[in-house]
Amino acid sequence: MFRPKTGSVTQELELVAPSKLSIDNVSKSFHTATGNVLALDRVSLNVNEGEFVCLVGPSGCGKTTLLNIIAGLEKPDSGTVLTDGKPVTGPGRDRLVMFQESALFPWLNAFGNVLFPLKLKPNLSNKDRRDVAKYYLELVGLTRFERANIHELSGGMKQRVALARALAPNPRVLLMDEPFAALDALTREQFYGDLQTIWKERKKTIVFVTHNVREACCLGDRVLLFSPNPGRIQEEFHVDLPRPREMNTSELATYAARIMRSLKQQAATTT
Amino acid sequence: MRRFLSALAFFALLIALWQALYDLKIWSPVLLPSPVQVVRYLQGAIVDQTLLHSTIITMRRLLTGYFFGIVVGLPLGLLTARWTLLRDTLGTTALGLQTLPSVCWVPLALLWFGQTEAAMLFVVIMGTLWSVIIATDTGVRHVPPIYPRAALTMGSKRLHIWLKVILPASLPFIVSGMKQGWAFAWRSLMAAEIYVTILTGFGLGQLLHFGREQQAMEQVIGIMIVIVLIGLLVDKTLFSPIERFLHRRWGTSQ
Ligand SMILES: Nc1ncnc2c1ncn2[C@@H]1O[C@H](COP(=O)(O)OP(=O)(O)O)[C@@H](O)[C@H]1O
Ligand SMILES: [Mg+2]
Repeated sequence: MFRPKTGSVTQELELVAPSKLSIDNVSKSFHTATGNVLALDRVSLNVNEGEFVCLVGPSGCGKTTLLNIIAGLEKPDSGTVLTDGKPVTGPGRDRLVMFQESALFPWLNAFGNVLFPLKLKPNLSNKDRRDVAKYYLELVGLTRFERANIHELSGGMKQRVALARALAPNPRVLLMDEPFAALDALTREQFYGDLQTIWKERKKTIVFVTHNVREACCLGDRVLLFSPNPGRIQEEFHVDLPRPREMNTSELATYAARIMRSLKQQAATTT
Repeated sequence: MRRFLSALAFFALLIALWQALYDLKIWSPVLLPSPVQVVRYLQGAIVDQTLLHSTIITMRRLLTGYFFGIVVGLPLGLLTARWTLLRDTLGTTALGLQTLPSVCWVPLALLWFGQTEAAMLFVVIMGTLWSVIIATDTGVRHVPPIYPRAALTMGSKRLHIWLKVILPASLPFIVSGMKQGWAFAWRSLMAAEIYVTILTGFGLGQLLHFGREQQAMEQVIGIMIVIVLIGLLVDKTLFSPIERFLHRRWGTSQ
């Protein structure tokens, strides 16, 4: 593993305490051409420090909207979002987002992308910033590709760079919106192991959106099932399985089957 | 190396063909001088430095005007992309004026500024400005909203987002606008120099004009070749490297 030497880098790489998220009675509606859509209807949710929570549900049930609200990219119509007791008023480096498409900047190479958020961090020398970026590229296993242009990377490698970029400023919360949805199954499975390792190593509070129930059971301490129209949390599942978890175990399948049952019931009642 | 050799062979063939046409004496030598005559003229113009002076004067006009066109056009393009009111007013004006062949600015420039350097500068700026405004505006509006959103979450703020996200993200558009602006400016400057004599300095266009007045065809052709070479040189040394970089970074095909 790449070991940065200077004291300031060690300090920068030190673990920060993960945040506790308190989402209280958050509602959000959108005006669309077909009328008002209640994307979130009085959603309340607490996420503990360092917890890994997965949000699942069919499309359109407000998962992305909730993530954007936690990120501070959108304002709720009513309700509050607190991180460690402080209200969220806008985007902040303590809550970083990994978007569904990689959202990497094509005018920068892989290294430049990871460096981007670090350049916005004060009190770091440029040397430190480069060392920190190197550390995170190594953490996601892409040291060899640091000079690569974004279009030269595979879908999986792009998402690895995106993960490194999101981790680089050392946020307390990581918000991930279907980050593996566009990847093939094999690449995705590799990610599950790596993400669990990184989560253990970097100690983040993670809110992870997916529509893949097995993925949610594999990664989450808790899985929240959303229902659409209006967007609500329908049910909550605790996944008490030891880590690191493998995707193809019967225990995991049992959990997934339970959630799938609820999802099917939901579909039956809403149509 | 092989490409260079085949290009060399091509031009040698072209010159040989020209010499052959001259030797056949289909046209009077006044209308079609031989390659040797043209080279001799160019040699003379290089030795007595008229060519150097004219090139410097022309390039100074071009680069100064081009620089101002970009410095003014780029921020204006950003503004029209940002504010609907500006897009509807200035943006529409730019779109209209860009369709106006930039040579058409020459008479107006003469009436406003007289036979001065300012008139030349004005023509070059008008050639550059509108293309740069429109390209910047289009580029900014093509930036996927996810880029500034991602930057926001990483702690980027207004000005930083404009400079470090929106501007580089729209670079492919801006560069093609700059290239078009350059082409327009170069053409209209040549037209202006041929059209009006400005006593503060004789540019390449003026040498071309004098060549015609003295019926010195070898001068006309010689200067034309110089103009072509300058155009090629600028393309190969200025725009090509930038475009190659953009294609490599963005993964767009050449
Ligand atoms: N910016 C927006 N404008 C209009 N409607 C939106 C917007 N964002 C989301 N919606 C609507 O809100 C609902 C929830 O969307 P979203 O949060 O993206 O769902 P999910 O991520 O669970 O698929 C959908 O019906 C969607 O059409
Ligand atoms: Mg979504």
